[in-house]
Amino acid sequence: MKRNKSPYLFALPAIAVLLLVMVVPVVSGIRLSFFEWFLRDIRKEPVFVGLRNFIDLFGSENFQTSIRVTLVFTISVVCLELFVGLVLALLLEDGLPGLRFFRTVFILPVMIAPVVVGVIWKFLYNPSYGKINYFLSVLGLKEVGWLSDPHMALISIIITDIWQWTPFVFLLLLAGLQGIPSDLSDAARVDGANYLQNLIHIKLPCISGVIGITAVLRLIDAFRGLVVMFIMTNGGPGVSTEILSLHLYKTAFTDQRLGKASAVAVILLGIITLLSIIFITKNMKDET
Amino acid sequence: MTFKNRKRLNRFIVLMIVLVGMVICLFPIYEMVSTSLKYEVDAFSLPPKWIFRPTFENYRNVLLSNGFGRYFFNSVIVALSTTFFSVCTGALAGYSFSRFKYKGKKLLIVFTLLLRMIPPVILVIPVFVIWNSLGLANTRIGLVLVYIGLNLPFNIWVLKTFISEIPRSLDESATIDGCSDWMVFSRIILPLIAPGLSVAGIFTFRIAWNEYILSLVLTNRFTRTLPVAVSLFLTDAGTEWGKITAIATITAIPAFIFTFTAAKKLIMGMTAGAVKG
Repeated sequence: MKRNKSPYLFALPAIAVLLLVMVVPVVSGIRLSFFEWFLRDIRKEPVFVGLRNFIDLFGSENFQTSIRVTLVFTISVVCLELFVGLVLALLLEDGLPGLRFFRTVFILPVMIAPVVVGVIWKFLYNPSYGKINYFLSVLGLKEVGWLSDPHMALISIIITDIWQWTPFVFLLLLAGLQGIPSDLSDAARVDGANYLQNLIHIKLPCISGVIGITAVLRLIDAFRGLVVMFIMTNGGPGVSTEILSLHLYKTAFTDQRLGKASAVAVILLGIITLLSIIFITKNMKDET
Repeated sequence: MTFKNRKRLNRFIVLMIVLVGMVICLFPIYEMVSTSLKYEVDAFSLPPKWIFRPTFENYRNVLLSNGFGRYFFNSVIVALSTTFFSVCTGALAGYSFSRFKYKGKKLLIVFTLLLRMIPPVILVIPVFVIWNSLGLANTRIGLVLVYIGLNLPFNIWVLKTFISEIPRSLDESATIDGCSDWMVFSRIILPLIAPGLSVAGIFTFRIAWNEYILSLVLTNRFTRTLPVAVSLFLTDAGTEWGKITAIATITAIPAFIFTFTAAKKLIMGMTAGAVKG
């Protein structure tokens, strides 16, 4: 290998941008979490308060609710999406006439902007002219206050997320299944394995890596997202759909408490970093 | 039941499940597009009018509304320049990471992978503060800069994978013929990773076009992009669902175009990383 400067020069523009728009902001965000600073007093200097923002947070009922909402949301969407996605992938792995068209259609929800997804589902859930309650009434069922009932709002958001992201999970798992060498299943079949045995002993172990990576990817994305809630419920009713990232945004721009919001950011960052490390180690292991 | 009939029945059941899946997948999108094409009386009538007289009135109202042209223009400019710069810098870094051995390289790679996961909402406060002090707040350049950074880790990583698949002997022989590293990159590597460039480009464009939270905080009424305009329609227009679904449909146009013209590339980009090969 040559010893020259060009490898550094090639990487320089990217590193410079990443430093400016990610590293410096993240570091200054962490620093800010130890200060008290109000958005309306942004011209004044922040005041150092040590760990008070964090102590405040852990004592705050809204923060605890937000953590609970986040856990319920992330765990349920990841489990349900993996389950539905896996069933669909298993049904379709042998191919169907028109599979390519189905796959294409399934990409659409993933491609559409979260804001647009929020708009669509807000309209579908609308109590007076939304189609979902209409379909329920046609079936003779009781109407549901999808976004207005504090017990239903989070479920409604979970349904929306499942609609948007199951296709993505399905595509990853389908690719995983199609990557299994066919002689493996063939050999099992020759040995007299039935479908279920084949599934449990051959297919699932073969794609366990893909399932794991998909789960972590979705988990990270579920922690990152807030736009759909922002548009559909703005965290309400009450704080019943205020996941951590939305709690962060509202603390900063509704309550105007930049320091406290930065403390939320630090906690969110900690969770995401932990998940990312799992993802990276899994990924690197697979690459070698 | 004979074996053949049973197999047919199985196929029929699978087909039914897939069709139901497709209806669930497409109905919400159909609902948005069809509402945008309805007169208000038809949009709100229950039982719903499945057959209706289409109108472009909502689109006319949106297109003529104050600021729409500017928001649309901003979105196009922001998404295109983000795509161009992020893919270019990503390709350069991907080349460096894939072709050279040097101190700290592994650390840099792990580092970019870590940055890939950073939620945009974490950047909102510090970038807002820093951009304000640098005079970048409320400018399109400021927004583009953040978006370039946001997309770089994915781009570096995808392009690095594509470059690593090119046989090294190709650039080594070019080097022996007297090509500089830059010439190897621009004359040999770049043309060969064209498919990778388009995967990276489409994903970058999608994120820059769709992003909401950073644009909401970092732009003003002169520089804001379409997603923010959609959310403002939602609060301003109240129950004018015709207009809201029309601007939402316009915002979704690139998604439709990419899905139906580049499905294979999209699947490639999505599965890259999670699934080997």
